[in-house]
Amino acid sequence: MSNQRKLRVLVAKPGLDGHDQGAKVVVRALADAGFEVIYTGLRQTPEAIVAVARDEDVDVIGLSSLAGSHLPFCRKLKPLIEAEGLTDKLWIIGGNIPRQDHAELRDLGLDAIFPTGTRLTTIVDFIRERQP
Amino acid sequence: MSADKRDGVRPVVNESGIPIAPIYGPDEVAASGGLEMVGAPGEYPFTRGIHPQMYRKRPWTMRQYAGFGNPADTNARFKYLIANGQTGLNVAFDLPTQIGLDSDDPLAEGEVGRVGMAVDTLRDFEIAFDGIDLEQITVSLTINGSAAIAIAMYLAMAEKRGYDVAKLRGTAQNDILKEFIGRGTWVFPVRPSVKLVGDTIEYCAKVAPKYSPVSVCGYHIRESGATPTQEMAYAFCIARAYADEVIARGLAVDEFAGRLSYNFNLFGNLFEQVAKFRAGRGLWARIMKEEYGATRPGSMWLRMIAGGGGGGLTLEQPEVNIVRGAYYALISALSGTQTMALCSYDEAYTIPTEYSARLSLRTMQLLIEEMGLCDTVDPLAGSYYVETLTNQMRAEMERIIAEVDAAGGIVAQVEDGAIQAHVSRQAYDMQRRIESGDFRKVGVNCYRVDEQEHEVEFHPYDEAGAQAQVDATARVRAERDGAAVAAALDAVRRDAGAGVNVMPAIVTAVKAYASVGEITRALVDVYGRYQEPIRF
Repeated sequence: MSNQRKLRVLVAKPGLDGHDQGAKVVVRALADAGFEVIYTGLRQTPEAIVAVARDEDVDVIGLSSLAGSHLPFCRKLKPLIEAEGLTDKLWIIGGNIPRQDHAELRDLGLDAIFPTGTRLTTIVDFIRERQP
Repeated sequence: MSADKRDGVRPVVNESGIPIAPIYGPDEVAASGGLEMVGAPGEYPFTRGIHPQMYRKRPWTMRQYAGFGNPADTNARFKYLIANGQTGLNVAFDLPTQIGLDSDDPLAEGEVGRVGMAVDTLRDFEIAFDGIDLEQITVSLTINGSAAIAIAMYLAMAEKRGYDVAKLRGTAQNDILKEFIGRGTWVFPVRPSVKLVGDTIEYCAKVAPKYSPVSVCGYHIRESGATPTQEMAYAFCIARAYADEVIARGLAVDEFAGRLSYNFNLFGNLFEQVAKFRAGRGLWARIMKEEYGATRPGSMWLRMIAGGGGGGLTLEQPEVNIVRGAYYALISALSGTQTMALCSYDEAYTIPTEYSARLSLRTMQLLIEEMGLCDTVDPLAGSYYVETLTNQMRAEMERIIAEVDAAGGIVAQVEDGAIQAHVSRQAYDMQRRIESGDFRKVGVNCYRVDEQEHEVEFHPYDEAGAQAQVDATARVRAERDGAAVAAALDAVRRDAGAGVNVMPAIVTAVKAYASVGEITRALVDVYGRYQEPIRF
């Protein structure tokens, strides 16, 4: 285990949403759990997120969205993830994601949805289980 | 505390880090500094309230945050709220407008009218406020990154409708420093952003002296993880930074300080919040009088909206948020606020429905009409506990302000990301306390229910309405005098480059129907864009 490279997790803030409290909390939790975390900061375009994911060779692409634009954003992100050959990466999203949108997000390829109020350990455990 | 051990009870420490004793009496009040700072309502240091009779004379203004879709949609919601007894407006703008993008900007796709009203040109302000009496209903513009443009549009719209701008009241949030700490609708780098706030204060002091160009927000800093004392102390540091900016230009403190206002949060321990507001009022008065040499009482007033409470609401069992909201309203009334707004119970999910917005209004109206909150001023004054806590929290705020000053001041601390890192560390610590059960949240880490949660009605995103906004702006662009717009935008660029006050040029551009995006780009040409420091 100690010889293995740390899991690399991207935490990105898509679109124009400025709520970053939750994303930063998750960044700290993932770092404390021993992951290598890359945080993008606010206002990332789909193109920028895919470029970071590719260049940083991440294992997990995480999005934090609280202002309601998660569906249109993920619809744009999906073909870019495919074009860059990143479909083997875990793709997860957290934030203000209403239950009625979960089915479409899963159809788009999201591996997990962590609505506001999710325990940090739930996120950490999910990543550990799915990307050992 | 040893007193706790002696009494055999568990220790209690409030969020601001102050240990709470099981019993308070005259000794505790005396040890905390006595009643020296209490005074009388309407008199320095205004701890009990900025007006002698407070709500006995006039209840707080009710100002629910509202706005979505295009300006016509928002105008209809405004009229609904006014018809239901709301006494002020609090305008929500969509994210493109808040960060200076037009509705037809590719980056705005999917965001037009989503979390607030879309605004591109003066035409949109004309539609949004059509039929609303701007003397009867004061308007608060919740906008920051592009606030200078929104203020210019508001003044231009009012002038066009025949109002005397010199007498026009209203407020803009326009607190950019807190946007860098939380909320995130910045556009320009930190220093030119502060300069721009200075421009609006200076311009309004001269042209629209009744207008409040800035509402300094502890609110969002608290949402980002600050304690109640930090919320207020950081807000005071920010207000001092804006004051310093305009004093350096030669304005006297009494020329503008009376129009500075504040926006604070409500969630958390009731007594801690009430003490926070009472402590803050005394401290701000003292800062303005002793540090800035203000002589007019109005310059020393902590005028505020105390509202929201979003950070305390939960996704779990959303209908319980109706009850939380009622307690937040009680906190606000006990604090002596000038204006109140409540987050609606469904606001953790979506834009409030008419029904939930009305429920928030009724919550405030209950306090006024049935509960006697307006009968007498500052009813908790003289409580051994509240007076002790007020003294202790004031001392703690002073300590935090001194700490920020010693570390180089708030502008430098925001610029290098130190405040952001500090506050987000605390948010992480609080989340861990909630997950461990150490900090109790009803419905979250205790009293959970497994049953299907109460369904909330979602506000749909109106694709057709967004397209209609894009089309409407295209028509404005086609009809306006293109040469006048180009000249006005050149003037904005020129004045920004020369370092003079850009407000007159922005007002001229707005009147020529230059758009939010065009004016913002002209400023970006000179100021550049903010690069967020990634610091943990």
